Amino acid sequence: MVDVTPGSVGPIPPAEVAEMELYHPHSWWTKYVFSQDAKVIAIQYSCTALAIGLVALVLSWLMRLQLGFPGTFDFITPEAYYQFITMHGMIMVIYLLTALFLGGFGNYLIPLMVGARDMVFPYVNMLSYWIYLLAVLLLVAGFFAPGGPTGAGWTLYPPQAIMAGTPGGEDWGIIVMLSSLILFIIGFTMGGLNYVVTVLQGRTRGMTLMRMPLTVWGIFTATVMALLAFPALFVACVMMLLDRVLGTSFFMPAIVEMGEQLQHSGGSPILFQHLFWFFGHPEVYIVALPAFGIVSDLISTHARKNIFGYRMMVWAIVGIGALSFVVWAHHMYVSGMHPYFGFFFATTTLIIAIPTAIKVYNWVLTLWRGDIHLTIPMLFALGFIVTFVNGGLTGLFLGNVVVDVPLSDTMFVVAHFHMVMGVAPIMVIFGAIYHWYPKVTGRMLNHAMGMFHFWVTFVGAYLIFFPMHYLGLMGVPRRYNELSDMGLIGESAHHLNAFISIMAFIVGFAQLVFLFNLIWSIRHGKEAGGNPWRATTLEWQTAHTPPTHGNFGKELPIVYRWAYDYSVPGAKEDFIPQNEPGSFGPSREPA
Amino acid sequence: MAETTVTHINPTAQRPEGWQGIAADWASDQRAFKNVSWGKAMMWIFLLSDTFIFGCFLLSYMTARMSTRVPWPNPSEVFALNIGGAEIPLILIAIMTFVLISSSGTMAMAVNFGYRHDRRKTAILMLLTAALGATFVGMQAFEWTKLITEGVRPWGNPWGAAQFGSTFFMITGFHGTHVTIGVIFLIITARKVWRGDYDTARKGFFTSRKGNYESVEIMGLYWHFVDLVWVFIFAFFYLW
Repeated sequence: MVDVTPGSVGPIPPAEVAEMELYHPHSWWTKYVFSQDAKVIAIQYSCTALAIGLVALVLSWLMRLQLGFPGTFDFITPEAYYQFITMHGMIMVIYLLTALFLGGFGNYLIPLMVGARDMVFPYVNMLSYWIYLLAVLLLVAGFFAPGGPTGAGWTLYPPQAIMAGTPGGEDWGIIVMLSSLILFIIGFTMGGLNYVVTVLQGRTRGMTLMRMPLTVWGIFTATVMALLAFPALFVACVMMLLDRVLGTSFFMPAIVEMGEQLQHSGGSPILFQHLFWFFGHPEVYIVALPAFGIVSDLISTHARKNIFGYRMMVWAIVGIGALSFVVWAHHMYVSGMHPYFGFFFATTTLIIAIPTAIKVYNWVLTLWRGDIHLTIPMLFALGFIVTFVNGGLTGLFLGNVVVDVPLSDTMFVVAHFHMVMGVAPIMVIFGAIYHWYPKVTGRMLNHAMGMFHFWVTFVGAYLIFFPMHYLGLMGVPRRYNELSDMGLIGESAHHLNAFISIMAFIVGFAQLVFLFNLIWSIRHGKEAGGNPWRATTLEWQTAHTPPTHGNFGKELPIVYRWAYDYSVPGAKEDFIPQNEPGSFGPSREPA
Repeated sequence: MAETTVTHINPTAQRPEGWQGIAADWASDQRAFKNVSWGKAMMWIFLLSDTFIFGCFLLSYMTARMSTRVPWPNPSEVFALNIGGAEIPLILIAIMTFVLISSSGTMAMAVNFGYRHDRRKTAILMLLTAALGATFVGMQAFEWTKLITEGVRPWGNPWGAAQFGSTFFMITGFHGTHVTIGVIFLIITARKVWRGDYDTARKGFFTSRKGNYESVEIMGLYWHFVDLVWVFIFAFFYLW
């Protein structure tokens, strides 16, 4: 054995699982359906998430139809509008973004990138997907329930969430929604434990934590956060379910409705807000951190240059993860909190901008004097940086109490979070799909369709969400299904709304082209070979593409270097794979 | 788990000092926790996550109790039993707590005998632990029945704040579910120990994974956690 760590090699534990025989698939069913292979589970997760995401996309069209051309479409009643908005938000944040980043990319990339045969407990990992699927089916069932899905807004604030005036409040909608969330959390916990333990305990020889690709760091930190943040949502869901089904009063104060006193008394709606946002704010970073990690690897690979400030990037990820647990009440400035609390949460919110800004600077410095290849993953990565900076800056506006109070509940907030945690992470998801699709299928995605997809999505997303800032500053409130008789809103807002709607349809159409590309390229894409991007990380060094069960051949790879040895002077090629032994001159790997 | 072996130490390697040394140790090759197996690490992290669930439940309960504008029922009176004509406060809870804490003792002994591969004693002690756990759940059922006959409901009670009943049933119910799940898995693991699965490397029915006597310890981690949570519920709900 060769000395593989920068310092020394400590005790080497024996192989935990005696190679691959234990969960080897024996039939078609266990190979493709009830598979315990993390790669198959990843594809199942991704396809399910994209399918439900398509539903959310259609819902956003329906919302834009109403907002752009109010009164034209009779079937979009105010109730239906609320239902669309609620389901759109919930699906996008939880069932698409969280599931795709952690369940999809996490499952596929963690074992391959850290040099493991599979997740540490594949059976539990498989259960995770099936419970997730159950949660999605239950969510979809809400559309067919009597009274339709809940229309409480994606934050599900009580008391309105479980009252008669809200769609689904006194019907099945809210019950189905809460049950689906509880299932999702249970399923996620099963997968999340796997991701965390695989990173901590299942790495190959030489893969120290500080040699891991930033993708793994991002997904790992996000998973740890999710394991600590989802419990708050779980508890909030259980309590609201009890309020709705058993008539308890956790979140329900004494209420007089239509002259009639309701059964509830003494509950605290603010308690729900605290529980929800103790989950909800880390959730923003649960989505953002994997995106940060992936985009770092995309930029480094496609600019043929080592990532700038690797150590700082790692600490920024960990620091953001920790800080994100003490900023949650900045979502609640208008709930009437004590000014000192507002002061505290505004301060922490501004502090979290520092590690985030460090990351942005490091991405830009990685590009500086790099050999930038404007491949489609790179274009999406650049698009991410722009949209993320844009959304992040408006976050600084909203993080300050005095600025937030007038802007709260306007379209400015909608523009902000769509930019920062809608468009930006989706950009990374697209970039990552274009980047790793060749490894998953063995074929490249079609380039022309990819170019069309990128430019329409990037420019279109700007044309959708940038004007929304102005709508917000004009005072257009969010969650209103129409503005017709509001005197204070100028005529121009209506024109802008119509424009935004048309843009939304165009951008939505581009996503259909992307879906077509995904399917078409499986058969007709260009043969990719094992390492089309000439990347250093372990997943590109597998003997087979797509990797077979067990990921690596007979022997696990041994890691001799960090993931960013691009353009090392003196090396034969402009990249040195992580499992390449030997010394090639001055590496920039931090000691 | 099997012994770890030191195969290679570079004597010239410089260990970094201070915080850098700590970070380097955590980040070092292959494993962050050197002598912790996958299963055990997974259980620890799960318990950390579960701690947050119980933490949120208890914090919500405290919020409700501190912010209520109507009287909170007095636990000493509500949880008193009439034995031989005298009202003895908290007697049932005292016994329940004693039973559950004792089960932690038997569990610890089971882990010890497990590592000695003493199948008979391990299985008996695990079954004893399960029996104590089942007794605990049984007494909890008795307590629930008593409160329900006295008129306590999740949505209200005769003595004051409605949140008393709701938080009581929710938190003890959630904890009782944990104990029940623990009892079921204790029995399953005890059966495996008894049958000698861990000596013959028999594969699991669902997971097709070979187990070993560490499973007893992992089971024990969960059980001790459930006991520890009970101590907090006891302190915050009954003694406050």
